Amino acid sequence: MQPATERAQLLEIRGLTKGFPGVQALDHVDFTLHAGEIHGLLGENGAGKSTLIKVLTGVFRRDAGTIRLDAQEIAARDPADALSLGIGTVYQEVNLLPNLSVAENLFIGRQPHRFGLVRTGEMRRRASDLLAGYGLDIDVADPLGSFSVAVQQIIAIARAVDLSAKVLILDEPTASLDAQEVETLFGILQRLKSRGIGIVFVTHFLDQVYALCDRITVLRNGRLVGSRPIVDLPRIELVSMMLGRELAAEALHRNHCTAVTGEPLVAFKAYGKKRLVEPFDLAVRSGEVVGLAGLLGSGRTETAKLIFGIERADSGQAFVDGKPVRIASPRDAARLRFGFTPEDRKTEGIVAELSIRENIILALQAQRGWLQPLPRSKQDEIANRFIKLLDIRTPDAEKPIGLLSGGNQQKALLARWLATEPRFLILDEPTRGIDVGAHAEIIRLIERLCEDGLALLVISSELEEIASYSDRVVVLRDRQHVRELSGSDVSADTIMTTIASH
Amino acid sequence: MTRRHLPVLITLAVFIVGYLICLAQFPSFASTRVIGNLLTDNAFLGIVAVGMTFVILSGGIDLSVGSVIAFTGVFLAVAIERYGLNPYLAFLLVLGIAALFGAGMGLLIHTFQIPAFIVTLAGMFLARGLCFVLTTDSIPINAPAYGQITDIAVSLPGGGRLTFIAMIMLATFGAGIVLAHYTRFGANVYALGGNRASAELMGVPVGKTTIRIYMLSSFLAALAGIVFSFYTSAGYSLAATGVELDTIAAVVIGGTLLTGGYGTIIGTLVGVLIQGLIQTYITFEGTLSSWWTKIAIGALLFAFIVLQRGLSAASLRAR
Repeated sequence: MQPATERAQLLEIRGLTKGFPGVQALDHVDFTLHAGEIHGLLGENGAGKSTLIKVLTGVFRRDAGTIRLDAQEIAARDPADALSLGIGTVYQEVNLLPNLSVAENLFIGRQPHRFGLVRTGEMRRRASDLLAGYGLDIDVADPLGSFSVAVQQIIAIARAVDLSAKVLILDEPTASLDAQEVETLFGILQRLKSRGIGIVFVTHFLDQVYALCDRITVLRNGRLVGSRPIVDLPRIELVSMMLGRELAAEALHRNHCTAVTGEPLVAFKAYGKKRLVEPFDLAVRSGEVVGLAGLLGSGRTETAKLIFGIERADSGQAFVDGKPVRIASPRDAARLRFGFTPEDRKTEGIVAELSIRENIILALQAQRGWLQPLPRSKQDEIANRFIKLLDIRTPDAEKPIGLLSGGNQQKALLARWLATEPRFLILDEPTRGIDVGAHAEIIRLIERLCEDGLALLVISSELEEIASYSDRVVVLRDRQHVRELSGSDVSADTIMTTIASH
Repeated sequence: MTRRHLPVLITLAVFIVGYLICLAQFPSFASTRVIGNLLTDNAFLGIVAVGMTFVILSGGIDLSVGSVIAFTGVFLAVAIERYGLNPYLAFLLVLGIAALFGAGMGLLIHTFQIPAFIVTLAGMFLARGLCFVLTTDSIPINAPAYGQITDIAVSLPGGGRLTFIAMIMLATFGAGIVLAHYTRFGANVYALGGNRASAELMGVPVGKTTIRIYMLSSFLAALAGIVFSFYTSAGYSLAATGVELDTIAAVVIGGTLLTGGYGTIIGTLVGVLIQGLIQTYITFEGTLSSWWTKIAIGALLFAFIVLQRGLSAASLRAR
């Protein structure tokens, strides 16, 4: 295989600049993509990856700079225009139409037709042929929404490639896929690469970067940090390119609190709900972090929802301070001074249009009831205190929270519950979709909260991470709490073997 | 496959059961005369419902259709009777005006991203207001063309008549089915209703499609207005109030999801016929107040909306 640099330059971006009020999102960024190359685009949240992609695909206008595709200068007006120029994009949340058939999704806007009428049979035949090339044998007349996200993503890729076949941009395509699906996807990308398509791959997973990419470009704070072939790039150097500082290898390793003893703050006995989670026993003490580990769909989030009263338990009993309590709704849970930051930050966590201040005081205000509004001065005081305390990066508390990066949104959500002075906090995937820098900060925060005497229940798919800060780890499999690890058993390896064992 | 067609199958089942109940009580329901009248009497509702189906499929709503029907009647009456315009020319003219009116609403909805509810509500007041500007009286239409057109009919075996008006409605449904399911425009309408943002990213011409959808709806409302003027042979500013709501009810009972993206034109036909069936039953019954039609429609509508919620929840779970 010849080195990527000797191949034809497919896409050449020079001096790309784009500013938003208050933020320089892209500052003279260069980017070069060769034909038949998989190019990782990396950077922390807020580094400018999304903006680069959006300028490239015509969602945003650039302020300055040139974009050349096949040595021709281009300026896409909108994503459809970009597609017709030869730049296709597949997003993490598949942007296809679940209500239309697979065939219609593949061919919308270019359906084979005769006398103004769509030739449905012909369209379906072509769709089947197209998908067969990707190893998919499905009924293309079925609505897209009836297939799994992984299949939908492959369909989205097939569509983009069939439409443009030059540059394919994948924006965090693997975030919602399981390991086997990722492998299938990678196989497809390798095949597309060998056909000479240039692929831009945006991801947070460094393993995948090393497994798949030929070359990487790192952005930080809207500036180009560097573009390097992946083969001679040590992992630690890549991380330091992304962070702009040396990340101590120990950053993730917590000095475990001295063994926590005493009565549990919260306890659950034979707590469960049919078809959701099998009855389980669980106890968390003050100053203790309990991790919930397991594969996607193993019952982790379901456990959290049950504990926080989002789902109502149909068996067992909950105790706080040794006294039996009833948790039938999130209001009940909040009254017991529980807090919960959900997994799906965007739809279940933040209220995107409201300001950071309003988002932070939400839970506290809800507890007071709407008849006793928090005075504005108090609101400002709380918001500013937590912005400072948790280092939420924003010009001021009045910025809509939707405009913040994922890591800062997560911190604001934490602040929302911390403002209510909780005793027990449930964090569902607190570090998902967050860049490496903010990641370490969130973990440090978790440790600090624990030292402050909070009881914490943390769910995470990242085993190393969960092993590093948990005092105990509960492993789930098939909606069942299968084993509780403590002491020296708390390690990524043990968790993995427990998940894998039968 | 079956799950997708379940709403329309349920609608059909309701119609068949309803028809059988009517038949059991009044054997004359089997006569072609009743069936012919059912089609004729509900022709205007059917025509406007075809347009409304496209609007709702795209995730929108058109509240202006009742007013457009009234405007059409008033415009025809004034143009034909006061200014002596040729009726056929007046038809073409009013269809053109309505299409422009709809296109204007579509343009506003798309360009300024205003909810269709607001824009068509404004359109509703505007069209109704224009009626009163033209005239406040009920103007009878005496043009001979009217008599000629209403007399066109195909005799059915058994003494019934398939009128020209009913044929217009059936043709509109036929054209609607082809347009919805066998053209790129139709796919684009479904795409808009599925997810507007995704549709735009996929290169669906969102603006053009939106404008055409409302243009089609207003055009068909004007066509319905022409048909309506055949029934009444008059133009009256207060005619057809609330028809937009009957239309929406027919579309939803016909199995189209109010949130857009799912539904069929043929379902709407059945929805219209169910409304007509209830009306006919009450006429036959003789003792019931005609308001029972509204009550029955209300109950049905409620049942169908609950059913739709249930079905979409079930399909989410099945995933």
